[in-house]
Amino acid sequence: MAADALAGLVPDLAVGEQVFYAAGCASCHSTPGSVGEAKLVLGGGQTFPSPFGTFYAPNISPDPDHGIGGWSALDLANAMQHGISPAGQHYYPAFPYASYIKAELSDIMSLHAFLATLPSSAEPSKPHEVGFPFNIRRTLGGWKFLFLRPDWVVSGDLTPEETRGRYLAEALGHCAECHTPRNALGGLQLANWLGGAPNPDGKGKVPNITPGQLDWSSADIAEYLSSGFTPEFDTAGGHMVAVVENTAKLPPADRAAIAAYLKKVLSVDWP
Amino acid sequence: MALNRSLIIGVSAAVFATTAVFAESHGGNPAVKARTAHMQLYAHNLGTLGGMAKGAMDFDAGAAQAAADNLLALATMNQRSYWLPGTSNADLGEETRALSAIWADGSTIGTAAKAFVDGATAMQAAAGTLEGVQGAIGGVGKACGGCHKAFRAPDS
Repeated sequence: MAADALAGLVPDLAVGEQVFYAAGCASCHSTPGSVGEAKLVLGGGQTFPSPFGTFYAPNISPDPDHGIGGWSALDLANAMQHGISPAGQHYYPAFPYASYIKAELSDIMSLHAFLATLPSSAEPSKPHEVGFPFNIRRTLGGWKFLFLRPDWVVSGDLTPEETRGRYLAEALGHCAECHTPRNALGGLQLANWLGGAPNPDGKGKVPNITPGQLDWSSADIAEYLSSGFTPEFDTAGGHMVAVVENTAKLPPADRAAIAAYLKKVLSVDWP
Repeated sequence: MALNRSLIIGVSAAVFATTAVFAESHGGNPAVKARTAHMQLYAHNLGTLGGMAKGAMDFDAGAAQAAADNLLALATMNQRSYWLPGTSNADLGEETRALSAIWADGSTIGTAAKAFVDGATAMQAAAGTLEGVQGAIGGVGKACGGCHKAFRAPDS
């Protein structure tokens, strides 16, 4: 990314906090088992099993030696949008840069400022358990060539609310990273966007949330993202609990926007 | 007299015992059925509170307070007889989604249960106004989710 890409952008801590929750940083990067305030300590360590190996979320606290305290906003933007480390190495797309590539640079700048205010952790990042040939990071250049796209998936005429919902879902919330099936190389099957997928940890499935399968009203979807209650007053369980913890912190208009976006997604027939 | 009374108690006990065995072989584990019913009562009362909170039904302070009182009563009931070791989904299969983590050493189920009691207590205090219900419902939902995340098997 060009060195002057962030010129003229001013970070806003309040915006950075909202981006932090919308993008769900703590859900993956907080120490395993953290609850409440402790989730702001982004010491890493959570595991992410996949067909390519097991990934460990790194420490992204402001610690200068074990975290990203030494990173500039440009470093963060390169990581989040292009999957490139400050040393020029590729990141594995378990880090959802394929979604964050669509985020606004101003939001990343504000996020950078907000991350710097969080508590430090000296926990060293664990290396990923990835076998040959996937442990060769250079091959990710090929993956990015094939699958890294900055274009919106849902296109056409959208209302301002739907446009905001698309930004929240496609760029920050990265819903599709779990809710969309992947091909053999781990790229998202765009034709089945948000159509549901097998659970990478092997048990059960991640639901299809396109209108073909999700018949809830927009109000019900927004309510779920606020309180975790389904229309029958069952509650979110499993991974969605962590998502709802984040979406609950967004303004109600943002949850309504995500719901409006979901209504515009093409219906997928699965399972 | 005493003999008659002991006889009645003895026969009753035998009848209850056989009923329990009968139920188990003819329609599911009684502990599972009881706790499923208990959860359904939560859902029923949350239906009122949640429906009002999201504007799906008009706010009615009397109905809201009744539902909130019920929710707290349910949350504080002694449920020990239906959360029995040996009734997890590892033991009984698909009949229940309860994970054996509930009964494992160091289980945090007590903390999760207390979070729900706290949420229901806050709701009971707030149920007099719509704003109160709207403010308190998130805490209840979060407590439900906290227990489900750790102790309930995912939907398959």
